[in-house]
Amino acid sequence: MLWRRGNEHLGGTGVTSRTNDAIEVRNAVKRYGDFTALKHVSLTISDNEFFTLLGPSGCGKTTLLRMIAGFEEVTEGGIFLFGEEIEGLPPHKRPINTVFQNYALFPHMNVLDNVGFGLEMLGKSKSEARARAGEVLEMVQLTQFSARKPAQLSGGQQQRVALARALAPRPKVLLLDEPLSALDLKLRKAMQIELKHLQKETGITFIFVTHDQEEALTMSDRVAVMSSGEVQQLGDAREIYERPRNMFVADFIGETNLIEVTVDRIDAGRAACHLGGGHRLTCDAVDGIGAGASVHMSLRPERLFLSSAPTEGESLKARVRENIFIGTDISTILDLDDGPEFRVRASNSSRGTSRVFEPGTEVFVNMEQGAARLLMD
Amino acid sequence: MAGGAATGGSSTSDTYAEARTWLLLPAWVTLGILVLAPVAIMLVYSFLTKEFRGGVIWEFSLGAYDQFFCSRGLFGDEPCSIEWTYIQIFWRSIWQAGAATLLSLVIGFPTAYFIATRPPRQRTLWVFLVTIPYWVNLLIRTVSMKFLLRDEGPLNDFLTGIGLLNEPLAIVNTNFAVQLGLFYSYLPFMVLPIYAAVERYNFALSEAASDLYAPRWTVLRRILLPSVKPGIVAGCILVFVPSLGSFLAPDLLGGARNFMIGSLIEEQFKGNAGNWPFGAAASMILLTMVLIILLIFARQQAKAES
Repeated sequence: MLWRRGNEHLGGTGVTSRTNDAIEVRNAVKRYGDFTALKHVSLTISDNEFFTLLGPSGCGKTTLLRMIAGFEEVTEGGIFLFGEEIEGLPPHKRPINTVFQNYALFPHMNVLDNVGFGLEMLGKSKSEARARAGEVLEMVQLTQFSARKPAQLSGGQQQRVALARALAPRPKVLLLDEPLSALDLKLRKAMQIELKHLQKETGITFIFVTHDQEEALTMSDRVAVMSSGEVQQLGDAREIYERPRNMFVADFIGETNLIEVTVDRIDAGRAACHLGGGHRLTCDAVDGIGAGASVHMSLRPERLFLSSAPTEGESLKARVRENIFIGTDISTILDLDDGPEFRVRASNSSRGTSRVFEPGTEVFVNMEQGAARLLMD
Repeated sequence: MAGGAATGGSSTSDTYAEARTWLLLPAWVTLGILVLAPVAIMLVYSFLTKEFRGGVIWEFSLGAYDQFFCSRGLFGDEPCSIEWTYIQIFWRSIWQAGAATLLSLVIGFPTAYFIATRPPRQRTLWVFLVTIPYWVNLLIRTVSMKFLLRDEGPLNDFLTGIGLLNEPLAIVNTNFAVQLGLFYSYLPFMVLPIYAAVERYNFALSEAASDLYAPRWTVLRRILLPSVKPGIVAGCILVFVPSLGSFLAPDLLGGARNFMIGSLIEEQFKGNAGNWPFGAAASMILLTMVLIILLIFARQQAKAES
């Protein structure tokens, strides 16, 4: 195995039990002086998983990634790689590689030597390292650029070289620190798909850090949404998008209407609520939110639709203020009678546009099943 | 405007060319007066005949170069055989300047690295501290150095005092004293360019290398050093070149036996005993040598880059 050297070092650190969890972060705390960057974070990442740490800047996601890589020490708690404690090992003794945000390619080496560097450090001969580097370069379709220096490549090509360099030593876990943030939108979208395929092909566990929620949802098997040093919610893309646990997650992931409601009563798993202006709504009850609670409700705009007459289900009476054309969708801003502002999205198709009304029209806002969700603060 | 036949386009470029000529004039004047003219004067003087009370007679002569390279016996009438005296002085100078450069590099690199890795606000302070000694005249600093190093000086007192030495170590009037003097004279010229290079260095490269299984020393050797090489080369040149022609440190710390080119040249222009053409010739030879060394450096740089 190519990471043999890494493993030898690992052997020395009190082996507990081998597990299928590639990475386990156990109660990790990181403090810089008075500032706590991570507050008791615990999570496990399975082998062969595409796992994403998602959050706004300063949420602690990069700190967590750097602790796994070994660039930052853990103040409290531990980090385990396949059940073995790796905290305390310097980065060069961890069989984990990183794709850096600005690539950090070695400017004085050509592409081939950049990619072969890790293998050479693992004790491979120069020719072996080059052969393997050539293979990986082929995988990212950069063979013809082997002899170039990084400065002679475009941003997208540099990004692929960084990826190839990190993959070449066949790490057990690959860390990616916002690797796509410097690319333009089209290239970024293409790379998202390519990364996803690469992960499946190589079977290496990917831990991806991003602040871009769409990127996270597109690529990941599971996402951990982080803010202010804590994991707010952990789950697959659907779960996070459709069943956000709290205000932060609902607001951060996608577009949503956040409306203050008061829960009147809970009945057979349904919560009956009212909002300003005497409007009433029912939605699925959520553990921890009982009758009398004043909380927020999330209503995804694309799960709402407008009609000129009330439908069988629940609907809210409103007046159209403005229609905004945004290409794939048309977004309508409405004023609820004596209530808050509302946004509704209809797809820009014949079925969708039939539900778009002129400004000033009185309409009814209807909800698809599961469109409304109660949130903890 | 340029001639009537000129089209709009070419008249614009003429204006640019004219403006460029005028704007570059100060640079050309400066270079001409401060660099080319002195070298030209020196070159001319080196081919003149010496006047015995200093000065020159305006008569072409190869005498100065002949004196430098040829030994013609006691009465000056034998055929030319190689004169080793001055070549030896040159060789010693190169060696001394080289040793001083190496010493500056060994001490200067960690210093520069240390400064460049402090928090940004502290860096200015450290750079300031490095340059403070240079507000004091070089002569005074060199004399003080001699005082520190002499047999009854504080260094020897300390070393014998703690019982490390039984009798004082003779440092003054050795090659080492000269190297130490040169090192101390020019250390900031090593520290500052390396500091500038390390400060610009992207430390993510070091992280990337250690992430790719490189131990610390390998990171230094394979990644950091090649990246800051231009700073190191600049520092070495800035220390080596003035050390080579220096005369204060060798005179004061080296004594008569550790004579260097700088002193040789200085003597030729001092009082009535001098020989101006010979001094000019020695300067020209020194200049040529420095240029050759710099050319070799530049060549290798270019080779390494391609």
